[in-house]
Amino acid sequence: MAERLFEKNVAVTGIGQSEVGRPSSKSAMRLTLDAAQEAIADAGLTREDIDGIACWPGDNQNGGSFSPVGPNALMSVLGLKVNWYGAGYEGPGPLTGVINGAMAIAAGLCRHVLVFRTIAEASGRLQNKSDSALTNKTVGRDSSYFWQWYTPFNVLSAVNLIAMYAQRHFHEYGTTPEQLAQIALTCRRHAALNPKALFRAAMTMDDYFASKMISTPLRMFDCDVHCDASTAVVLSRADAARDGPNAPIRIEAIGSALHQPWSWDQISLTGMAAFDVGRMMWSRTDLKPRDVGSAQLYDGFSILTMIWLEGLGLCPRGESGRFVEGGHRIARDGVLPLNTNGGQLSGGRTHGLGYVHEACTQLWGRAGERQIAPHQVAVAAAGGGPLGGSLLLVKE
Amino acid sequence: MARKLPALTPDTAPFWQGGADGELRIHHCAACARFFHPPAAACPQCGSLEVGPRAVSGQGKVSTFTINHQAWTPDLKLLYVVAIVELAEQAGLRLLTNIVGCTPESVSIDMPVHVRFEQHEDVWLPLFEPSPARSA
Repeated sequence: MAERLFEKNVAVTGIGQSEVGRPSSKSAMRLTLDAAQEAIADAGLTREDIDGIACWPGDNQNGGSFSPVGPNALMSVLGLKVNWYGAGYEGPGPLTGVINGAMAIAAGLCRHVLVFRTIAEASGRLQNKSDSALTNKTVGRDSSYFWQWYTPFNVLSAVNLIAMYAQRHFHEYGTTPEQLAQIALTCRRHAALNPKALFRAAMTMDDYFASKMISTPLRMFDCDVHCDASTAVVLSRADAARDGPNAPIRIEAIGSALHQPWSWDQISLTGMAAFDVGRMMWSRTDLKPRDVGSAQLYDGFSILTMIWLEGLGLCPRGESGRFVEGGHRIARDGVLPLNTNGGQLSGGRTHGLGYVHEACTQLWGRAGERQIAPHQVAVAAAGGGPLGGSLLLVKE
Repeated sequence: MARKLPALTPDTAPFWQGGADGELRIHHCAACARFFHPPAAACPQCGSLEVGPRAVSGQGKVSTFTINHQAWTPDLKLLYVVAIVELAEQAGLRLLTNIVGCTPESVSIDMPVHVRFEQHEDVWLPLFEPSPARSA
């Protein structure tokens, strides 16, 4: 089917990641350079070869800790000569940079696009504990098109919105806290084998239930851990990708759809964008969910990972609780190894590109102690609520 | 506690200020005869520009909720309930609010609630409290 779909002509050819600090002593730009230079070298390229650069969301808050470095700054510092560059918050979630970069290549604008994501929330929160509060996204009266409907009611963190999705999931499907806990427990088990992960000490079910309640039913261990880090990937046109040292990891299919209101309260409360994204992604490939060898799914909050499992058809709708029960299906040796680097819950909130980095690391067999069984197909997805994007990746 | 307040625009002011007259005002489309929220200059269902605020009963039920335990800012008074309420007028017509006038532990999904306004400067926040049990 659909051999001419644009994304099939684009491949990941290199990956890089800075240290993951809590906090890091390096500046956000230095972390970004570490990631970018590693990714470019990994692809067998030099900075002269990079002719495009993409990011989500880019620097949209005056260098704020959520996204302190955007393409304008990085291409200047690296001295890149680009044919296309772009960033912006408004897109299908944290993988938007990859999706836009792939489109720039498919449109013939670029051969090699550097995609990156830098975050400095660990440093940000050291300076101001309320740094990431939603009320700080705007100065004075809230005029943002969407937050203004929530912040007057003391929704100060996305966790309040996402906790309501969890409550509704429990109510409609009988999902239990013990089932939800398996996301945190699995991520922690996987993080133990990842030297870069921030939280590596063993976690038991008792530890989970002893963790502080943040917003019912979500506890501290259901929330990802702030960090300072940068992640980068190089996307290359298929013909150019074959010249590099790595087996190209083709973008087999993209999911970027939103067929519901861009809203956290008008959208399906148990559905999110994930279901629109999943339907689109699988419509663009002959592969099936059973072909997926690793799933790297957004765990900014644990319930989002559960909804992604359902939205991407990796388990039936409403069944994610039973699917993850006991944790064996999503373990490294399970039918669907999940968040094999510890995810954001234990690895660190690299926010989006970390999932692509880990998917490629596993596909290339470079994961060291945490390497899972050889496989050709991985899925990465990121976002929550109306934000959502996914990538089906195939190693050639 | 000080609340973050919304900027008022011609589209949104009727929602935020209806409480001055004791009315919850939700945008309604004359062309397709359906409500929608949040208020906007066009109907997201049919695209009509024949839209405007209309008073609703203020009755609804809790679609989902959460009890916030975390002190996001130093002056935040804990615990409090954030909820999404579905209004009685139309299936799927929802708004985000707080449930007040009861203990947080007593809130449950499908609980009947009704609006109660709380004034902050020129904004009347539509909060909801439990409704007395009605006979079936």
